[in-house]
Amino acid sequence: MSGKPKLHYFNGRGRMESIRWLLAAAGVEFEECFLETKDDLTKLQKNGSLMFQQVPMVEIDGMKMVQSRAIANYIATKYNLYGKDLKERALIDMYVEAIIDLNELLMIHIFQPADKKEQHLATIVDKATNRYFPVYEKVLKDHGQGFLVGNQFSRADVQLLETLLMAEECKPDILAKFPLLQSFKARISNIPTIKKFLQPGSQRKPPLQEKDVPKVMKIFH
Amino acid sequence: MSGKPRLTYLNGRGRMEPVRWLLAAAGVEFEEIFLETREQYEKLIKDGVLMFQQVPLVEIDGMKMVQTRAILSYIAGKHNLYGKDLKERALIDMYVEGITDLMQMILVFPFSPPEAKAKNIDSIKERATNRYFPVFEKVLKQHGQDFLVGNKFSWADVQLIEAILAVEEKIPAVLSGFPQLQAFKKRMSNMPTIKKFLQPGSPRKPPPDECYVETVLKVFKK
Repeated sequence: MSGKPKLHYFNGRGRMESIRWLLAAAGVEFEECFLETKDDLTKLQKNGSLMFQQVPMVEIDGMKMVQSRAIANYIATKYNLYGKDLKERALIDMYVEAIIDLNELLMIHIFQPADKKEQHLATIVDKATNRYFPVYEKVLKDHGQGFLVGNQFSRADVQLLETLLMAEECKPDILAKFPLLQSFKARISNIPTIKKFLQPGSQRKPPLQEKDVPKVMKIFH
Repeated sequence: MSGKPRLTYLNGRGRMEPVRWLLAAAGVEFEEIFLETREQYEKLIKDGVLMFQQVPLVEIDGMKMVQTRAILSYIAGKHNLYGKDLKERALIDMYVEGITDLMQMILVFPFSPPEAKAKNIDSIKERATNRYFPVFEKVLKQHGQDFLVGNKFSWADVQLIEAILAVEEKIPAVLSGFPQLQAFKKRMSNMPTIKKFLQPGSPRKPPPDECYVETVLKVFKK
């Protein structure tokens, strides 16, 4: 037993990617166990490892943690990425919850039927550029600091960067009207742990390709 | 200005109900503003009080908080309903998130088309009795304590009693295979703050009806 956290999920981003980002940002090495078939999932369900029969599951500090938010909350607190007090945590939570909402849209895009894809992409771009990005642009503008909350690197920064990059994968010029988010992106990408995670060969996962969708569906349905 | 938290939402359960439960369980009095028209909602957006143009909104301790989970985490943290350390918080978070997944099914149910409703009730029953309730039945059986986590009343207990009652409204006999949860339900319902919240005239909202569904569509539909 290595003492490193062990992540159980399929070999793709999904609901585990934010956790990979957070661990990487905190400089924590982790192992991964990939589900390839439905049998792999069934085995985990049968041996009682999954509290609600679902992944993500992360083995960490003697716990088999499930529920991505619970896992992320634990990691963020353990590695001091959750603000210095209750009010900073409240801000971080508000920012992160909205990012998660946008991430959900991004995540399900590949699963949209062909005739709905274009409409869905338009929704993503509309929400990103009208509802979410302006908020973070304004936050950065108002306080002029390098990080979103409390002038200190936090989970909110990690998750925002993750989402900005995913949004750009959908539409490369999506940050055109957001100069502060562009500089935020450059700045946070240069933090050593994050820089390392962004390099080829890291545990960061690529976007799911159309051809991989059936395989993923088979595991979970 | 009263200093009491002020909740802005529709006059119905929706995504605000867990917040009402938690404040009530913590013995915190609160005020409510009800959205009834689209104009009211658009005015809130124009005034810039909704960070992501959405409700729930809770004005509390000088903040205009949005995002249900952020609001609930803050209230739980402030009122000592979040466990005594990081590991207890992890357990509470896991339990709450699981229960929230179940509650999500109940949340969307009123908006499903009539022909899908019977199937959706079956899904709720299946998930409740096969995936979620067994977990909490086992937790209570194994430690034999009154509360889910750390032998102390927490957010997890509030979320669970809310969910049990909500599921029972749809499936009255749902607890029949769960003696621990039956005892838990009784115990929680008798806690003074919760008992008060369960009485008529409290801020607790009734189950959603057609009128509520209409209001939601009217206020939020783009």
